[in-house]
Amino acid sequence: MMTDGLLFDAFIFLTAAVVSVPIARRLGLGSVLGYLIAGIIIGPYLLNVVGKTDDVMHVAEFGVVLMLFLIGLELKPALLWQLKGPVLGLGGSQVLLTTVAITIVSLLFELRWQQAITTGMILALSSTAIVLQSLTERRQLKTESGQASFAVLLFQDIAVIPMLAIIPLLAARGSVPDTAPTLGGWQDGLLIAAVICGIIFGGHYLMRPVFRFIAQSGMREIFVAAALLLVILIALAMQSVGLSPALGTFLAGVVLAESEYRHELEANIEPFKGLLLGLFFISVGAGINFTLLAHEPGVVLGLLALLILIKCLVLQGLGGVSRMNPAHRWTFALALAQGSEFAFVLLTLAYQSQLLSAHLISLLTLVVALSMALTPVLLILNQRFVQRRYEEQDEEREADKIDEHDNPVLIVGFGRFGQVVGRLLHAHGIGTTVLDNDAGHIDVLRKFGYKVFYGDADRLDLLYAAGAHKAKLLVVAVGNPAKSLAVCELAQKHFPQLKLLVRAIDRPHAHQLLQQGVDMVYRETVGSAVDLGVNALKELGVRANQAWRAGQTFKQHDEKLLREQTAFIDDESMYITKSVQYRHILAEMLQANQEDRRSEIMSAWENTPTQEEEPETQIQRPFFASKNHDTPNRGEK
Amino acid sequence: MKKILILFAHPSYHRSHANKALLQALRKMEGVTIHDLYQCYPNMFIDVAREQQLLLDHDIIIFQHPLYWYSSPAIIKEWMDQVLEYGFAFGPDGHALKGKALLSVITTGGSQESYTSQGHNRRAVIEYLLPFKQTAWLCGMRYLPPFVLYSYHTIQDVALLRETAREYRQLLEGLRDERFPADELHRATYLTDLLEAL
Repeated sequence: MMTDGLLFDAFIFLTAAVVSVPIARRLGLGSVLGYLIAGIIIGPYLLNVVGKTDDVMHVAEFGVVLMLFLIGLELKPALLWQLKGPVLGLGGSQVLLTTVAITIVSLLFELRWQQAITTGMILALSSTAIVLQSLTERRQLKTESGQASFAVLLFQDIAVIPMLAIIPLLAARGSVPDTAPTLGGWQDGLLIAAVICGIIFGGHYLMRPVFRFIAQSGMREIFVAAALLLVILIALAMQSVGLSPALGTFLAGVVLAESEYRHELEANIEPFKGLLLGLFFISVGAGINFTLLAHEPGVVLGLLALLILIKCLVLQGLGGVSRMNPAHRWTFALALAQGSEFAFVLLTLAYQSQLLSAHLISLLTLVVALSMALTPVLLILNQRFVQRRYEEQDEEREADKIDEHDNPVLIVGFGRFGQVVGRLLHAHGIGTTVLDNDAGHIDVLRKFGYKVFYGDADRLDLLYAAGAHKAKLLVVAVGNPAKSLAVCELAQKHFPQLKLLVRAIDRPHAHQLLQQGVDMVYRETVGSAVDLGVNALKELGVRANQAWRAGQTFKQHDEKLLREQTAFIDDESMYITKSVQYRHILAEMLQANQEDRRSEIMSAWENTPTQEEEPETQIQRPFFASKNHDTPNRGEK
Repeated sequence: MKKILILFAHPSYHRSHANKALLQALRKMEGVTIHDLYQCYPNMFIDVAREQQLLLDHDIIIFQHPLYWYSSPAIIKEWMDQVLEYGFAFGPDGHALKGKALLSVITTGGSQESYTSQGHNRRAVIEYLLPFKQTAWLCGMRYLPPFVLYSYHTIQDVALLRETAREYRQLLEGLRDERFPADELHRATYLTDLLEAL
């Protein structure tokens, strides 16, 4: 029975997402708004097809945790260190100033000071999930405003922790003066420090061998399981000491950002994050209390406008102080002008502590939910109206910050073939991102100082994570023909800007690649086999330059044959006919034709006018002489 | 309208601002084919059939290159050795190039003064180009007065370089459109002497 209910709920949620999100994106509204609308539609006030959304919300909040883990993966420790200024400065002042402003306004509404401060703190927070998802979707996360927003959100995530501690204290109104904190204060601190150190050191030293061990098993689902397990473990550990799980996984992400498993982790977690975040947005939509809105529309909308206005003003001011340009300042202010998902948690806490009345709680919950739902709309308006004005004003908009992972070349497969390619490019100072799926192998390469990432490249998500959409060249050097074809197909379909240079294992593989429309195909053995052949000719007494020319001719000729034969791979007799035909042409070219013509030039050169004298020198061709009885050399006649 | 084929050879083109300027001036000029030999044949293995076809398709053949050791960079010589075959370019049946014209476009490191009897290069550029002149003769081609750009290392004056490149284009246009009278072509020592005739 329970599974029936679960399946039915899953059916409803998935249907809502599958129907509404593509439509919303098509309309240019973004996925967040799509999810929210889907939530409203299936929620209790329209279709009423889902039961209680509170539990779902709880599960869905894990999506935020996963999102921060992924963001951490993208941020190397050095980059994070660069952000410390904005996080503390911008984030700190945003939380402080907004709290103060809202507290003052709350006092004007005749709340008691404890209630006013609580409201101020709760409403000062913004929604990490909505903001980051919206900005990422609009490719604004790496811009100036995106980075500033991120810094503020990061500080807010930290600020939640003291808030969780302060709210019960405010409720106590000083009547129960600090009992609990002093008792376990230093122990708590020690525990927290231990957990954070555990995450950092564990991530740095423990996770690599573990992931290598798992990767060597070659079971993709186990790797996925391990990745999820890691995130859940950290979340639990953080919760047990009363810290935000999102913060902990973010830290773990940063620690793992430099490991070779980064792209693989990213690719594995990404779908879970996406779905859970979607679920989260849906439950926010479903949770909007329309009855209350219908009852007191004036109050609700007034508070909503007030909230957005205050937050916007503070953010605009901060943007001005930190000398953000006006266009970015608007994005920054409008993006962060909503309430946070943490507000739901904190409001519940305030209710349990009997700090705020039930009516106020439901009012504020509604306002926060509405403000979250409004954010994508505000960002669309920002794009359509505000940004357009500035675009016209300053011609040169600053380019997106280029991540150091924007390498022009992506090499897939770093075995004996790929390594040679990589070394050559590397020696030329060209940045390459390298993917390989042999964990033991990667370990060895890392010891030699090569930056190689673990992952199976025939997956679209992984190619994205490795920056295939930004690269110029894709070198496919994997040793497995089927995998190589799969990678090429993916790249052709999804990254048309990528030029493909592909290693072909053998002739059939080369044919398949050519058939698939890959033009630059390199058979792995031809080069060195021809080199050997050339030296064999040399050992037999053919002049070195002559032998080299024969090798070049052979290569070009065989390449031509390869391309012509591609049309006949299913027609064996025709295939063989072509082969024989070309063999004859080549023999003629190399033995008779080319040889004769060259000696003709050499010998005829000086005697052109008269054509009488014998040539001064005859070219010695000891091993070919006997073969050429029927094609006498003109120079020797 | 005559068709012009530029056989361009520069082993380090990426550092040659003089040749770059000359070639850039020819961009979108009708009737001109620019053929970058070092780019096409990085290992100097020249596709003889293709080159011969190119020769057949054009009327004025230009060797454009810096003067290296009083001659061309190696690939031009290799090209001549391979492409100008007996039976094609010379010999009893070698008439393919008859009636076409050959032009040398040269950039030199040394100054114009250095290419005089008093200078350290001791002879004029045109004297060093004698093998090319004779090649043209043997192939039945007319050898046009060469175009020479001196001291390409030291030309820092972008305006001057651009002006020279513009003159180069004008001269090629004149050749393409057959605007130079035969006697003037005969009299000129260097191609730039013909600028007044334009």
